[in-house]
Amino acid sequence: MEAFYEWARVLYETTGINLPFIYDSYDRGRMIDGFFMTVKLSVICLFFSVIIGIIGAWLQNSPLKWTRRIVNGYIQLFRNTPPLVQLYFFYFAISTLLPKVTNEYGGQEPILGGFTWAVISLSFFAGAYNVEIFRSGIEAVPDSTIEAAEALGFTRLHIYKDITLPLAFRVVLPALNNNLVNLVKTTTLAYAIAVPEMLYEANQIWSDNVNVTEMMIFMLLTYFVLVGILVWGMNKWERALKIPGFGA
Amino acid sequence: MTWSDDQPMVSIKDLHKSFGALEVLKGVSMDVMKGEVICIIGPSGSGKSTLIRCINALNDIQQGSILVEGREVNDHKLDKLELRKKVGMVFQQYNLFPHKTALENIMMAPLLVLKQEKAEVEKLARQLIKKVRLEGKEDNYPGELSGGQQQRVAIARSLAMNPDVMLFDEVTAALDPETVNEVLSAIKELAQDGMTCMLVTHEMAFAREIADHIYFTDRGVIVEHGPPDTFFDDAKDPRTIEFLGQIL
Ligand SMILES: Nc1ncnc2c1ncn2[C@@H]1O[C@H](COP(=O)(O)OP(=O)(O)O)[C@@H](O)[C@H]1O
Ligand SMILES: [Mg+2]
Repeated sequence: MEAFYEWARVLYETTGINLPFIYDSYDRGRMIDGFFMTVKLSVICLFFSVIIGIIGAWLQNSPLKWTRRIVNGYIQLFRNTPPLVQLYFFYFAISTLLPKVTNEYGGQEPILGGFTWAVISLSFFAGAYNVEIFRSGIEAVPDSTIEAAEALGFTRLHIYKDITLPLAFRVVLPALNNNLVNLVKTTTLAYAIAVPEMLYEANQIWSDNVNVTEMMIFMLLTYFVLVGILVWGMNKWERALKIPGFGA
Repeated sequence: MTWSDDQPMVSIKDLHKSFGALEVLKGVSMDVMKGEVICIIGPSGSGKSTLIRCINALNDIQQGSILVEGREVNDHKLDKLELRKKVGMVFQQYNLFPHKTALENIMMAPLLVLKQEKAEVEKLARQLIKKVRLEGKEDNYPGELSGGQQQRVAIARSLAMNPDVMLFDEVTAALDPETVNEVLSAIKELAQDGMTCMLVTHEMAFAREIADHIYFTDRGVIVEHGPPDTFFDDAKDPRTIEFLGQIL
Protein backbone atom coordinates (compact mmCIF):
# COMPACT_ATOMS: atom_id res chain seq x y z
CA MET A 1 0.00 0.00 0.00
CA GLU A 2 2.68 2.47 1.05
CA ALA A 3 4.45 1.78 -2.24
CA PHE A 4 1.28 2.55 -4.14
CA TYR A 5 0.81 5.86 -2.29
CA GLU A 6 4.44 6.68 -3.02
CA TRP A 7 3.96 5.83 -6.68
CA ALA A 8 1.09 8.38 -6.93
CA ARG A 9 3.30 11.02 -5.32
CA VAL A 10 6.13 10.32 -7.76
CA LEU A 11 3.62 10.32 -10.62
CA TYR A 12 2.56 13.81 -9.59
CA GLU A 13 6.11 15.09 -9.19
CA THR A 14 7.33 13.68 -12.50
CA THR A 15 4.29 14.09 -14.81
CA GLY A 16 2.00 16.57 -13.06
CA ILE A 17 -0.88 14.04 -13.00
CA ASN A 18 -2.32 14.78 -9.58
CA LEU A 19 -4.09 12.01 -7.68
CA PRO A 20 -4.15 13.35 -4.09
CA PHE A 21 -6.89 10.91 -3.07
CA ILE A 22 -4.21 8.23 -3.28
CA TYR A 23 -1.11 9.79 -1.75
CA ASP A 24 -2.69 12.27 0.63
CA SER A 25 -4.20 10.61 3.68
CA TYR A 26 -6.71 13.43 4.28
CA ASP A 27 -8.03 13.40 0.72
CA ARG A 28 -7.97 9.61 0.76
CA GLY A 29 -10.21 9.69 3.80
CA ARG A 30 -12.63 12.07 2.05
CA MET A 31 -12.78 9.88 -1.02
CA ILE A 32 -13.41 6.72 0.98
CA ASP A 33 -16.12 8.45 3.02
CA GLY A 34 -17.70 9.71 -0.19
CA PHE A 35 -17.59 6.26 -1.72
CA PHE A 36 -19.31 4.66 1.24
CA MET A 37 -21.85 7.48 1.39
CA THR A 38 -22.74 6.78 -2.25
CA VAL A 39 -23.03 3.06 -1.56
CA LYS A 40 -25.15 3.68 1.53
CA LEU A 41 -27.40 6.13 -0.27
CA SER A 42 -27.79 3.73 -3.20
CA VAL A 43 -28.58 0.68 -1.11
CA ILE A 44 -31.12 2.47 1.09
CA CYS A 45 -32.83 4.10 -1.92
CA LEU A 46 -32.85 0.81 -3.84
CA PHE A 47 -34.54 -0.83 -0.90
CA PHE A 48 -37.20 1.81 -0.34
CA SER A 49 -37.88 2.33 -4.04
CA VAL A 50 -38.59 -1.38 -4.48
CA ILE A 51 -40.86 -1.36 -1.41
CA ILE A 52 -42.68 1.68 -2.82
CA GLY A 53 -43.00 -0.14 -6.15
CA ILE A 54 -44.49 -3.25 -4.57
CA ILE A 55 -46.93 -1.41 -2.32
CA GLY A 56 -47.87 1.08 -5.04
CA ALA A 57 -48.65 -1.68 -7.53
CA TRP A 58 -50.79 -3.38 -4.87
CA LEU A 59 -52.66 -0.13 -4.19
CA GLN A 60 -53.15 0.44 -7.91
CA ASN A 61 -55.35 -2.66 -7.92
CA SER A 62 -57.33 -1.43 -4.96
CA PRO A 63 -61.11 -1.50 -5.31
CA LEU A 64 -61.14 2.07 -3.92
CA LYS A 65 -61.18 4.66 -6.67
CA TRP A 66 -59.42 7.33 -4.63
CA THR A 67 -56.59 5.06 -3.63
CA ARG A 68 -55.92 4.33 -7.30
CA ARG A 69 -56.14 8.02 -8.18
CA ILE A 70 -53.65 9.03 -5.51
CA VAL A 71 -51.18 6.39 -6.64
CA ASN A 72 -51.57 7.46 -10.26
CA GLY A 73 -51.16 11.12 -9.32
CA TYR A 74 -47.97 10.29 -7.45
CA ILE A 75 -46.58 8.40 -10.44
CA GLN A 76 -47.37 11.21 -12.88
CA LEU A 77 -45.90 13.86 -10.60
CA PHE A 78 -42.62 12.05 -10.04
CA ARG A 79 -42.17 10.83 -13.58
CA ASN A 80 -42.95 14.12 -15.24
CA THR A 81 -40.74 16.42 -13.18
CA PRO A 82 -36.93 16.59 -12.99
CA PRO A 83 -35.46 14.69 -10.05
CA LEU A 84 -33.29 17.67 -9.13
CA VAL A 85 -36.39 19.84 -8.77
CA GLN A 86 -37.97 17.14 -6.64
CA LEU A 87 -34.90 17.05 -4.42
CA TYR A 88 -34.91 20.85 -3.98
CA PHE A 89 -38.63 20.75 -3.35
CA PHE A 90 -38.18 18.34 -0.45
CA TYR A 91 -35.01 19.91 0.89
CA PHE A 92 -35.97 23.57 0.66
CA ALA A 93 -39.77 23.66 0.53
CA ILE A 94 -40.97 20.76 2.67
CA SER A 95 -38.09 21.00 5.10
CA THR A 96 -38.90 24.59 6.05
CA LEU A 97 -42.49 23.63 6.83
CA LEU A 98 -41.35 21.11 9.42
CA PRO A 99 -40.47 22.01 13.02
CA LYS A 100 -36.83 22.74 13.87
CA VAL A 101 -34.85 21.08 16.59
CA THR A 102 -32.14 22.51 18.83
CA ASN A 103 -28.73 21.01 18.21
CA GLU A 104 -25.96 20.35 20.68
CA TYR A 105 -24.55 23.87 20.28
CA GLY A 106 -27.92 25.45 21.04
CA GLY A 107 -28.56 26.42 17.42
CA GLN A 108 -31.70 25.65 15.41
CA GLU A 109 -31.48 23.02 12.71
CA PRO A 110 -33.95 21.19 10.48
CA ILE A 111 -35.42 18.02 11.95
CA LEU A 112 -34.33 16.03 8.89
CA GLY A 113 -30.89 16.43 7.33
CA GLY A 114 -29.81 16.42 3.71
CA PHE A 115 -29.12 12.70 3.68
CA THR A 116 -32.64 11.83 4.86
CA TRP A 117 -34.17 14.15 2.30
CA ALA A 118 -32.07 12.63 -0.43
CA VAL A 119 -33.28 9.16 0.60
CA ILE A 120 -36.91 10.28 0.64
CA SER A 121 -36.73 12.18 -2.61
CA LEU A 122 -34.76 9.62 -4.62
CA SER A 123 -36.77 6.68 -3.27
CA PHE A 124 -40.01 8.31 -4.36
CA PHE A 125 -38.46 9.21 -7.70
CA ALA A 126 -37.30 5.69 -8.52
CA GLY A 127 -40.36 4.23 -6.72
CA ALA A 128 -42.70 5.92 -9.20
CA TYR A 129 -41.03 4.01 -12.03
CA ASN A 130 -40.98 0.83 -9.98
CA VAL A 131 -44.77 0.98 -9.47
CA GLU A 132 -45.23 1.03 -13.24
CA ILE A 133 -42.68 -1.73 -13.69
CA PHE A 134 -44.31 -3.97 -11.11
CA ARG A 135 -47.73 -3.23 -12.55
CA SER A 136 -46.66 -4.39 -16.00
CA GLY A 137 -45.33 -7.59 -14.42
CA ILE A 138 -48.54 -8.15 -12.49
CA GLU A 139 -50.55 -7.73 -15.66
CA ALA A 140 -48.42 -10.43 -17.26
CA VAL A 141 -49.54 -13.00 -14.66
CA PRO A 142 -52.45 -14.93 -16.22
CA ASP A 143 -55.88 -14.50 -14.61
CA SER A 144 -56.29 -18.26 -14.76
CA THR A 145 -53.33 -18.78 -12.41
CA ILE A 146 -54.85 -16.31 -9.95
CA GLU A 147 -58.19 -18.05 -10.29
CA ALA A 148 -56.65 -21.39 -9.41
CA ALA A 149 -55.33 -19.83 -6.21
CA GLU A 150 -58.73 -18.31 -5.47
CA ALA A 151 -60.38 -21.68 -5.98
CA LEU A 152 -57.99 -23.09 -3.38
CA GLY A 153 -59.12 -20.47 -0.89
CA PHE A 154 -56.07 -18.17 -0.97
CA THR A 155 -56.66 -14.69 0.45
CA ARG A 156 -55.98 -11.61 -1.67
CA LEU A 157 -52.80 -10.96 0.28
CA HIS A 158 -51.51 -14.52 -0.15
CA ILE A 159 -52.26 -14.42 -3.85
CA TYR A 160 -50.29 -11.19 -4.17
CA LYS A 161 -47.40 -12.25 -1.99
CA ASP A 162 -46.99 -15.89 -3.00
CA ILE A 163 -48.24 -16.05 -6.59
CA THR A 164 -48.49 -12.68 -8.33
CA LEU A 165 -45.33 -11.02 -7.01
CA PRO A 166 -42.92 -13.93 -7.45
CA LEU A 167 -44.14 -14.42 -11.03
CA ALA A 168 -44.28 -10.70 -11.82
CA PHE A 169 -40.81 -10.25 -10.34
CA ARG A 170 -39.25 -12.64 -12.80
CA VAL A 171 -40.95 -10.92 -15.70
CA VAL A 172 -39.83 -7.43 -14.70
CA LEU A 173 -36.28 -8.07 -13.50
CA PRO A 174 -34.65 -6.67 -16.66
CA ALA A 175 -36.73 -3.47 -16.48
CA LEU A 176 -36.17 -3.24 -12.75
CA ASN A 177 -32.42 -3.59 -13.24
CA ASN A 178 -32.50 -0.71 -15.65
CA ASN A 179 -34.33 1.53 -13.25
CA LEU A 180 -32.10 0.61 -10.32
CA VAL A 181 -29.01 1.39 -12.40
CA ASN A 182 -30.55 4.76 -13.14
CA LEU A 183 -31.18 5.28 -9.46
CA VAL A 184 -27.55 4.67 -8.55
CA LYS A 185 -26.52 7.21 -11.16
CA THR A 186 -29.10 9.68 -9.90
CA THR A 187 -27.69 9.58 -6.34
CA THR A 188 -25.09 12.09 -7.61
CA LEU A 189 -27.87 14.70 -7.43
CA ALA A 190 -27.59 14.56 -3.66
CA TYR A 191 -24.45 16.63 -4.27
CA ALA A 192 -26.79 19.56 -4.88
CA ILE A 193 -27.98 19.55 -1.27
CA ALA A 194 -24.48 18.95 0.10
CA VAL A 195 -24.82 15.29 0.98
CA PRO A 196 -21.16 14.26 1.16
CA GLU A 197 -21.39 11.49 -1.42
CA MET A 198 -18.68 10.64 -3.89
CA LEU A 199 -19.16 13.47 -6.38
CA TYR A 200 -19.38 16.02 -3.57
CA GLU A 201 -16.13 14.80 -2.04
CA ALA A 202 -14.46 14.79 -5.46
CA ASN A 203 -15.50 18.41 -5.85
CA GLN A 204 -13.95 19.24 -2.46
CA ILE A 205 -10.73 17.60 -3.55
CA TRP A 206 -10.50 19.34 -6.91
CA SER A 207 -11.28 22.70 -5.28
CA ASP A 208 -8.28 22.22 -3.00
CA ASN A 209 -5.94 20.74 -5.60
CA VAL A 210 -7.06 22.26 -8.89
CA ASN A 211 -7.04 18.83 -10.56
CA VAL A 212 -10.54 18.70 -11.99
CA THR A 213 -9.50 16.67 -15.07
CA GLU A 214 -8.00 13.87 -13.02
CA MET A 215 -10.92 13.89 -10.59
CA MET A 216 -13.51 13.70 -13.32
CA ILE A 217 -11.74 10.82 -15.05
CA PHE A 218 -11.57 9.07 -11.72
CA MET A 219 -15.28 9.71 -11.04
CA LEU A 220 -16.27 8.38 -14.45
CA LEU A 221 -14.28 5.17 -13.93
CA THR A 222 -15.48 4.68 -10.36
CA TYR A 223 -19.15 4.98 -11.31
CA PHE A 224 -18.52 2.73 -14.27
CA VAL A 225 -17.16 0.03 -11.99
CA LEU A 226 -19.82 0.57 -9.32
CA VAL A 227 -22.71 0.30 -11.76
CA GLY A 228 -20.94 -2.59 -13.47
CA ILE A 229 -20.94 -4.50 -10.20
CA LEU A 230 -24.65 -3.82 -9.73
CA VAL A 231 -25.48 -4.99 -13.25
CA TRP A 232 -23.36 -8.09 -12.81
CA GLY A 233 -25.09 -8.91 -9.51
CA MET A 234 -28.56 -8.37 -10.94
CA ASN A 235 -27.85 -10.53 -13.97
CA LYS A 236 -26.61 -13.28 -11.72
CA TRP A 237 -29.76 -12.96 -9.66
CA GLU A 238 -31.90 -13.07 -12.80
CA ARG A 239 -30.29 -16.34 -13.75
CA ALA A 240 -30.64 -17.77 -10.25
CA LEU A 241 -34.38 -17.03 -10.24
CA LYS A 242 -34.95 -18.65 -13.60
CA ILE A 243 -37.45 -21.50 -13.43
CA PRO A 244 -37.06 -24.49 -15.73
CA GLY A 245 -39.75 -24.34 -18.40
CA PHE A 246 -41.03 -20.89 -17.47
CA GLY A 247 -40.55 -17.64 -19.33
CA ALA A 248 -38.33 -16.84 -22.26
CA MET B 1 -79.63 -24.67 8.89
CA THR B 2 -78.03 -28.03 9.42
CA TRP B 3 -77.16 -30.21 6.51
CA SER B 4 -77.00 -33.97 6.61
CA ASP B 5 -75.80 -36.20 3.84
CA ASP B 6 -79.22 -37.54 2.96
CA GLN B 7 -79.81 -34.08 1.48
CA PRO B 8 -78.16 -33.02 -1.78
CA MET B 9 -74.55 -32.04 -1.40
CA VAL B 10 -74.98 -29.52 -4.19
CA SER B 11 -78.44 -28.23 -4.91
CA ILE B 12 -78.95 -25.77 -7.75
CA LYS B 13 -82.35 -24.14 -8.24
CA ASP B 14 -83.42 -21.90 -11.10
CA LEU B 15 -79.93 -20.48 -11.59
CA HIS B 16 -79.62 -17.43 -13.83
CA LYS B 17 -76.34 -15.87 -14.81
CA SER B 18 -75.62 -13.05 -17.24
CA PHE B 19 -72.47 -11.37 -18.47
CA GLY B 20 -73.75 -7.88 -19.14
CA ALA B 21 -76.66 -8.24 -21.53
CA LEU B 22 -75.77 -11.83 -22.42
CA GLU B 23 -77.78 -14.32 -20.42
CA VAL B 24 -75.65 -17.44 -20.26
CA LEU B 25 -77.62 -19.55 -17.77
CA LYS B 26 -81.39 -19.34 -18.04
CA GLY B 27 -82.77 -21.23 -15.11
CA VAL B 28 -80.67 -24.31 -14.38
CA SER B 29 -81.57 -26.76 -11.62
CA MET B 30 -79.87 -29.95 -10.47
CA ASP B 31 -79.20 -31.91 -7.31
CA VAL B 32 -76.06 -33.89 -6.60
CA MET B 33 -75.99 -36.32 -3.70
CA LYS B 34 -72.92 -37.25 -1.69
CA GLY B 35 -70.80 -39.78 -3.55
CA GLU B 36 -72.57 -39.16 -6.84
CA VAL B 37 -70.74 -38.54 -10.08
CA ILE B 38 -72.52 -36.34 -12.58
CA CYS B 39 -71.37 -35.35 -16.04
CA ILE B 40 -72.40 -32.24 -17.90
CA ILE B 41 -72.14 -32.37 -21.66
CA GLY B 42 -73.22 -29.98 -24.36
CA PRO B 43 -72.03 -27.83 -27.20
CA SER B 44 -69.33 -25.25 -26.68
CA GLY B 45 -70.69 -21.95 -25.41
CA SER B 46 -73.74 -23.54 -23.81
CA GLY B 47 -72.71 -22.37 -20.33
CA LYS B 48 -71.10 -25.47 -18.85
CA SER B 49 -68.01 -23.71 -17.51
CA THR B 50 -70.11 -20.85 -16.22
CA LEU B 51 -72.32 -23.28 -14.31
CA ILE B 52 -69.35 -25.07 -12.75
CA ARG B 53 -67.67 -21.79 -11.83
CA CYS B 54 -70.79 -20.50 -10.10
CA ILE B 55 -70.66 -23.42 -7.68
CA ASN B 56 -67.41 -22.26 -6.07
CA ALA B 57 -68.24 -18.57 -6.48
CA LEU B 58 -65.67 -17.83 -9.18
CA ASN B 59 -68.67 -16.35 -10.99
CA ASP B 60 -71.37 -14.45 -9.16
CA ILE B 61 -75.03 -15.20 -9.68
CA GLN B 62 -77.89 -12.89 -10.59
CA GLN B 63 -80.81 -15.05 -9.61
CA GLY B 64 -81.58 -18.43 -8.14
CA SER B 65 -79.91 -20.52 -5.51
CA ILE B 66 -76.94 -22.81 -5.10
CA LEU B 67 -76.69 -24.69 -1.85
CA VAL B 68 -73.44 -26.46 -1.07
CA GLU B 69 -73.94 -28.68 1.95
CA GLY B 70 -76.93 -26.52 2.80
CA ARG B 71 -75.05 -23.19 2.57
CA GLU B 72 -76.27 -20.59 0.13
CA VAL B 73 -73.61 -19.50 -2.36
CA ASN B 74 -75.76 -16.65 -3.72
CA ASP B 75 -75.32 -14.58 -0.57
CA HIS B 76 -73.19 -11.47 -0.23
CA LYS B 77 -72.22 -12.60 3.26
CA LEU B 78 -70.90 -15.87 1.88
CA ASP B 79 -67.67 -17.07 3.51
CA LYS B 80 -65.79 -17.88 0.32
CA LEU B 81 -62.97 -19.53 2.20
CA GLU B 82 -65.35 -22.01 3.88
CA LEU B 83 -66.95 -22.75 0.50
CA ARG B 84 -63.62 -23.30 -1.20
CA LYS B 85 -62.43 -25.67 1.50
CA LYS B 86 -65.38 -27.88 0.58
CA VAL B 87 -65.23 -27.51 -3.18
CA GLY B 88 -62.17 -28.50 -5.19
CA MET B 89 -61.72 -27.44 -8.78
CA VAL B 90 -59.60 -28.63 -11.68
CA PHE B 91 -59.32 -26.49 -14.82
CA GLN B 92 -58.86 -27.24 -18.48
CA GLN B 93 -55.49 -25.45 -18.56
CA TYR B 94 -54.22 -27.03 -15.27
CA ASN B 95 -53.23 -23.56 -13.98
CA LEU B 96 -50.40 -24.83 -11.82
CA PHE B 97 -48.16 -22.29 -10.11
CA PRO B 98 -45.20 -22.26 -12.52
CA HIS B 99 -42.64 -21.12 -9.93
CA LYS B 100 -43.35 -24.02 -7.57
CA THR B 101 -42.37 -27.67 -7.93
CA ALA B 102 -45.04 -30.35 -8.21
CA LEU B 103 -44.75 -31.09 -4.50
CA GLU B 104 -44.84 -27.39 -3.55
CA ASN B 105 -47.90 -26.84 -5.73
CA ILE B 106 -49.70 -29.49 -3.70
CA MET B 107 -48.43 -28.22 -0.35
CA MET B 108 -49.16 -24.54 -0.78
CA ALA B 109 -52.87 -24.37 -0.01
CA PRO B 110 -52.80 -26.63 3.08
CA LEU B 111 -49.91 -24.56 4.44
CA LEU B 112 -51.23 -21.08 3.63
CA VAL B 113 -54.98 -21.57 3.78
CA LEU B 114 -55.46 -24.35 6.32
CA LYS B 115 -52.29 -23.42 8.26
CA GLN B 116 -51.37 -27.05 8.75
CA GLU B 117 -48.03 -28.36 9.99
CA LYS B 118 -45.34 -28.47 7.30
CA ALA B 119 -44.27 -32.06 8.09
CA GLU B 120 -47.87 -33.28 7.98
CA VAL B 121 -48.55 -31.47 4.73
CA GLU B 122 -45.47 -32.87 3.10
CA LYS B 123 -46.46 -36.39 4.08
CA LEU B 124 -49.91 -35.84 2.62
CA ALA B 125 -48.47 -34.32 -0.56
CA ARG B 126 -46.20 -37.31 -1.09
CA GLN B 127 -49.16 -39.66 -0.64
CA LEU B 128 -51.13 -37.68 -3.19
CA ILE B 129 -48.23 -37.71 -5.66
CA LYS B 130 -48.25 -41.46 -5.33
CA LYS B 131 -52.01 -41.63 -5.73
CA VAL B 132 -51.83 -39.81 -9.07
CA ARG B 133 -48.79 -41.94 -10.05
CA LEU B 134 -46.19 -39.22 -10.24
CA GLU B 135 -43.51 -40.62 -7.97
CA GLY B 136 -40.17 -39.19 -8.99
CA LYS B 137 -41.71 -35.95 -10.29
CA GLU B 138 -41.98 -34.27 -6.88
CA ASP B 139 -39.22 -31.78 -7.54
CA ASN B 140 -40.04 -31.00 -11.15
CA TYR B 141 -41.49 -27.64 -12.13
CA PRO B 142 -44.75 -27.59 -14.11
CA GLY B 143 -42.82 -26.47 -17.19
CA GLU B 144 -40.90 -29.73 -17.07
CA LEU B 145 -44.01 -31.93 -17.01
CA SER B 146 -46.28 -33.11 -19.80
CA GLY B 147 -49.88 -31.88 -19.95
CA GLY B 148 -51.21 -35.10 -18.49
CA GLN B 149 -48.68 -34.99 -15.66
CA GLN B 150 -49.49 -31.36 -14.92
CA GLN B 151 -53.17 -32.12 -14.83
CA ARG B 152 -52.59 -34.93 -12.34
CA VAL B 153 -50.59 -32.55 -10.15
CA ALA B 154 -53.55 -30.16 -10.38
CA ILE B 155 -55.89 -32.92 -9.22
CA ALA B 156 -53.58 -33.77 -6.33
CA ARG B 157 -53.28 -30.06 -5.45
CA SER B 158 -57.03 -29.82 -5.21
CA LEU B 159 -57.34 -33.04 -3.20
CA ALA B 160 -54.79 -31.76 -0.67
CA MET B 161 -57.51 -29.43 0.62
CA ASN B 162 -59.59 -32.52 1.39
CA PRO B 163 -62.70 -31.24 -0.42
CA ASP B 164 -66.16 -32.81 -0.27
CA VAL B 165 -66.98 -32.11 -3.93
CA MET B 166 -64.67 -31.96 -6.93
CA LEU B 167 -65.43 -29.91 -10.01
CA PHE B 168 -63.72 -30.81 -13.28
CA ASP B 169 -64.06 -28.45 -16.24
CA GLU B 170 -63.02 -30.24 -19.45
CA VAL B 171 -59.82 -31.33 -17.78
CA THR B 172 -58.70 -33.51 -20.68
CA ALA B 173 -59.63 -31.12 -23.48
CA ALA B 174 -56.15 -29.57 -23.71
CA LEU B 175 -54.27 -32.86 -23.51
CA ASP B 176 -52.52 -34.95 -26.14
CA PRO B 177 -54.64 -38.03 -26.89
CA GLU B 178 -52.06 -40.39 -25.40
CA THR B 179 -52.14 -38.66 -22.02
CA VAL B 180 -55.93 -38.37 -21.72
CA ASN B 181 -56.30 -41.82 -20.22
CA GLU B 182 -53.85 -41.30 -17.36
CA VAL B 183 -55.94 -38.35 -16.21
CA LEU B 184 -59.24 -40.12 -16.72
CA SER B 185 -58.10 -43.09 -14.67
CA ALA B 186 -57.03 -40.78 -11.85
CA ILE B 187 -60.54 -39.32 -11.86
CA LYS B 188 -62.10 -42.75 -12.05
CA GLU B 189 -60.21 -43.89 -8.97
CA LEU B 190 -61.39 -40.83 -7.14
CA ALA B 191 -64.98 -41.53 -8.08
CA GLN B 192 -64.61 -45.12 -6.97
CA ASP B 193 -63.27 -43.92 -3.62
CA GLY B 194 -66.61 -42.19 -3.16
CA MET B 195 -65.71 -38.61 -4.01
CA THR B 196 -68.64 -36.48 -5.15
CA CYS B 197 -67.72 -35.30 -8.64
CA MET B 198 -69.20 -32.89 -11.15
CA LEU B 199 -67.51 -33.12 -14.52
CA VAL B 200 -67.84 -31.18 -17.71
CA THR B 201 -66.51 -33.49 -20.38
CA HIS B 202 -66.51 -34.40 -24.04
CA GLU B 203 -65.32 -37.93 -23.33
CA MET B 204 -68.58 -39.74 -23.91
CA ALA B 205 -67.39 -43.28 -23.26
CA PHE B 206 -65.86 -42.12 -20.02
CA ALA B 207 -69.01 -40.25 -19.00
CA ARG B 208 -71.08 -43.30 -19.68
CA GLU B 209 -68.75 -45.47 -17.62
CA ILE B 210 -68.44 -43.37 -14.49
CA ALA B 211 -71.46 -41.08 -14.32
CA ASP B 212 -74.51 -41.76 -12.17
CA HIS B 213 -76.34 -39.05 -14.00
CA ILE B 214 -75.79 -37.09 -17.19
CA TYR B 215 -76.98 -33.57 -17.96
CA PHE B 216 -77.12 -32.14 -21.45
CA THR B 217 -77.01 -28.35 -21.69
CA ASP B 218 -77.71 -26.16 -24.67
CA ARG B 219 -77.88 -22.37 -24.75
CA GLY B 220 -78.10 -22.00 -21.01
CA VAL B 221 -80.72 -24.59 -20.17
CA ILE B 222 -80.67 -28.26 -19.30
CA VAL B 223 -82.34 -29.86 -22.25
CA GLU B 224 -82.31 -33.41 -21.03
CA HIS B 225 -80.88 -35.49 -18.23
CA GLY B 226 -80.93 -39.06 -16.98
CA PRO B 227 -78.86 -42.07 -16.05
CA PRO B 228 -76.19 -42.83 -18.67
CA ASP B 229 -77.82 -45.81 -20.33
CA THR B 230 -81.15 -44.06 -20.79
CA PHE B 231 -79.42 -40.87 -21.82
CA PHE B 232 -77.17 -42.34 -24.47
CA ASP B 233 -79.48 -45.03 -25.84
CA ASP B 234 -82.81 -43.40 -25.47
CA ALA B 235 -82.41 -39.63 -25.80
CA LYS B 236 -85.69 -37.85 -26.46
CA ASP B 237 -84.85 -34.28 -27.27
CA PRO B 238 -83.86 -33.60 -30.91
CA ARG B 239 -81.02 -31.32 -29.78
CA THR B 240 -79.53 -34.10 -27.66
CA ILE B 241 -79.89 -36.57 -30.47
CA GLU B 242 -78.23 -34.21 -32.92
CA PHE B 243 -75.35 -33.51 -30.50
CA LEU B 244 -74.80 -37.20 -29.74
CA GLY B 245 -74.94 -37.94 -33.44
CA GLN B 246 -72.10 -35.50 -34.09
CA ILE B 247 -69.94 -36.62 -31.21
CA LEU B 248 -70.30 -40.39 -31.21
N1 LIG C 1 -66.23 -13.65 -18.26
C1 LIG C 1 -67.09 -13.62 -19.29
N2 LIG C 1 -67.51 -12.44 -19.79
C2 LIG C 1 -68.39 -12.39 -20.82
N3 LIG C 1 -68.90 -13.47 -21.42
C3 LIG C 1 -68.52 -14.69 -20.97
C4 LIG C 1 -67.59 -14.82 -19.89
N4 LIG C 1 -67.40 -16.14 -19.67
C5 LIG C 1 -68.17 -16.78 -20.56
N5 LIG C 1 -68.85 -15.93 -21.35
C6 LIG C 1 -69.78 -16.28 -22.42
O1 LIG C 1 -70.75 -17.14 -21.87
C7 LIG C 1 -71.10 -18.15 -22.78
C8 LIG C 1 -70.95 -19.51 -22.12
O2 LIG C 1 -69.59 -19.74 -21.90
P1 LIG C 1 -69.05 -21.03 -21.16
O3 LIG C 1 -69.75 -21.17 -19.86
O4 LIG C 1 -67.59 -20.91 -21.13
O5 LIG C 1 -69.51 -22.18 -22.14
P2 LIG C 1 -68.98 -23.66 -22.28
O6 LIG C 1 -68.09 -23.95 -21.12
O7 LIG C 1 -70.20 -24.49 -22.30
O8 LIG C 1 -68.25 -23.73 -23.57
C9 LIG C 1 -70.26 -17.95 -24.02
O9 LIG C 1 -71.03 -17.26 -24.97
C10 LIG C 1 -69.15 -17.08 -23.53
O10 LIG C 1 -68.68 -16.24 -24.56
MG1 LIG D 1 -66.05 -24.44 -21.02
